[in-house]
Amino acid sequence: MEQTKSIMIVGVGGQGTLITSRILGGITTAAGYDVKLSEVHGMAQRGGSVVTFVRYGEKVAEPIVEEGCADVLIAFERLEALRYAHFLKKDGVIIVNDQRIDPMTVVTGACIYPEGIIEKLSAAYKVVRVDAMEEAKKLGNSRVFNTIIIGVAARQMNFAKEDWLRIIEKTVPPKTVEMNKLAFEAGYAM
Amino acid sequence: MSEKKIMLGNEAIARGAYEAGVKVSAAYPGTPSTEISENIVKYDEIYAEWAPNEKVAMEVAIGASMSGVRSMASMKHVGVNVASDPLYTVSYIGVNGGLVIVAADDPGLYSSQNEQDSRCVARVAQVPVLEPSDSQEAKDFTKLAFELSEQYDTPMMIRTTTRLAHSQGVVELMDRTEVEDKPYERNAPKNVMMPGNAKHRHVFVEQRLKKMAEDASSMAINKVEYQDTKIGVITSGIPYQYVKEALPNASVLKLGMVHPLPRKLIEEFASKVDTLYIVEELEPLIEEQVQSWGIKAIGKEILTIQGEYSATMLKKAILKEEVVSAAPEQVPARPPILCPGCPHRSVFSVLKELKIHGAGDIGCYTLGAVAPLNVIDTTVCMGASISTLHGMEKAKGKDYIKNWVALIGDSTFLHTGVNSLINMVYNQATGTVIILDNSTTGMTGHQDHAATGKTLKGTPTYAVDLVDLCHAIGVEYVSVVPAFDTALLKETVKREVARDAVSVIIAQAPCALLKTNISKNKCITLPEKCKKCGMCLVPGCPAITKQEDGTVKIDDTMCNGCGLCMQRCKFDAIEKVEK
Repeated sequence: MEQTKSIMIVGVGGQGTLITSRILGGITTAAGYDVKLSEVHGMAQRGGSVVTFVRYGEKVAEPIVEEGCADVLIAFERLEALRYAHFLKKDGVIIVNDQRIDPMTVVTGACIYPEGIIEKLSAAYKVVRVDAMEEAKKLGNSRVFNTIIIGVAARQMNFAKEDWLRIIEKTVPPKTVEMNKLAFEAGYAM
Repeated sequence: MSEKKIMLGNEAIARGAYEAGVKVSAAYPGTPSTEISENIVKYDEIYAEWAPNEKVAMEVAIGASMSGVRSMASMKHVGVNVASDPLYTVSYIGVNGGLVIVAADDPGLYSSQNEQDSRCVARVAQVPVLEPSDSQEAKDFTKLAFELSEQYDTPMMIRTTTRLAHSQGVVELMDRTEVEDKPYERNAPKNVMMPGNAKHRHVFVEQRLKKMAEDASSMAINKVEYQDTKIGVITSGIPYQYVKEALPNASVLKLGMVHPLPRKLIEEFASKVDTLYIVEELEPLIEEQVQSWGIKAIGKEILTIQGEYSATMLKKAILKEEVVSAAPEQVPARPPILCPGCPHRSVFSVLKELKIHGAGDIGCYTLGAVAPLNVIDTTVCMGASISTLHGMEKAKGKDYIKNWVALIGDSTFLHTGVNSLINMVYNQATGTVIILDNSTTGMTGHQDHAATGKTLKGTPTYAVDLVDLCHAIGVEYVSVVPAFDTALLKETVKREVARDAVSVIIAQAPCALLKTNISKNKCITLPEKCKKCGMCLVPGCPAITKQEDGTVKIDDTMCNGCGLCMQRCKFDAIEKVEK
């Protein structure tokens, strides 16, 4: 029996982690896997640290990913990558969007935003770095930065590019399909 | 039709209601239950509405059931408290058309003020409870609940938790089965709950529960999975998934119905396993009953009563196995915060400056309790801001609350706040209530309410005028202030808190996340004018950060140009420009 794969998507509430997990849910379901996603809604979404779990395999029981069990960690912000890195397996992969969003604890001066996060992570895990916000601005729409990250993540997974594009088309709002496809292609080409 | 779709637990419950032939659904939004109504509304065959609160929603569903159709009310766990008055008595009345209440609990408090267990409420109300463990069961159990409701003449509760409600899983879709309306016949002994009738119905309720408990042992949703009998586990809901993950070889009794319990089945299972564990999140509801029958079972002595469970936790507690992982990094916490451009921040910045304490309520604005705003002193439940302020004034006198206000959102005000305001007027109180009117139910993700002018179905409707409403209940002093006009707001708050009367300030500005409110502006800094005073940073907008040289930077992807920072800058170092 094929082992259940566990993916975590972490970021800051409002960054669009939910639509990303839904695209992952879509592609794994289309491939015939049993799939469970677990999301965070409500107050925790408001600018807080958010986590979404995606698990797929022949038969998935637990809907959450636990410490030391994730195959892939997709981080929309680098401090969040550091916060959740210990959820990865020893040989796990991190896709990290190299963006800094100060939490309120840093804004108020109570804490310091750590330096050298990417270097620290690279010492322990396979790290794929992307500056998705910069790339999205090049495409003329900063809002599709999350789809660029999906494009980058797609290269680390075994699903056909056409399938990803098909799922994106089905999942994102109709008016944004073309822009999101472009963003995916940009991420995929990196 | 047999299509498979990946669905949220809540979406699956909505689908179950649809397939079961439900015709009426009522609810008040509350995490983690909101998406049930947001999905039900997609089915034209179901009449669905937002009610002003859960009690009203429950009573709407009861009326629909009495008239002979299948109906449903859904709410979060604390909403069940609001609806508990009709719930306890409809248990006596029973149903005509099937009646299902969905109670969404929040172990781990992702978005709630407490961690209560709705199964306990249902047990006291003598309402049977089904507990699904994934999206497929969420749909199947909802359908079954309607059948059981009609078969046993009882309202049924579906108990979910955040982890079920907000997890997605694969669901097999079926067609809707239209259910013929049951004929309505006047039946006062059953439907009029006055003492003489209720006495008889209470006898019926006890018999009903006894019968269901007997039948429960042969219900297919209570199922035994015998494997290795060294370890036996009784569990239900989401914890079942953790048990399967952590103890794949153990024998399991999975309860689909958690109240009343199938005693015969449990006794038989217990006799066949060496060590019996009971795995249930929150209260030891199953455990205490099983132990009261003289069965030895291990539960809360090794498993917590608080928060969510996980497979790792079970491995550790039951198998004494540690899962190896790297140590977590010590990193700055990132608690939730008000969004950039949130009108609440503007109001809070004024109150902070005036050193005013806030009696708070339930909504995004509860975040005004934390740094750097620190404006809200108290939060209890929906509507409590106004009545707690009133209680303070009556206890300590009107001068004591001259540096206090009650803070409540528009949706929360209509939920239960208005009763408290009536009470203030009636009892000749002094005090100022600020209604933070952002034209929506914000925290749960933008649901309409009685003052927005739109129904759940999206049709235009009468919008309650909050000013007229306050006047009508006898509040003489009602001021309407744009939430981002900090000068006017300051002047108004100072004037109203000084007044020896009940006053209301309605601070208006739509939620920054409303799609109809996408800003065309953004704020930028003019570094040459910045005096590094930090005034703009005080309200804690996440879009503004202090740079190493002491000047500030505004993140243009986050800023929505509300201009609060610009108003606070005395040196014109911030400008509003088009995006």
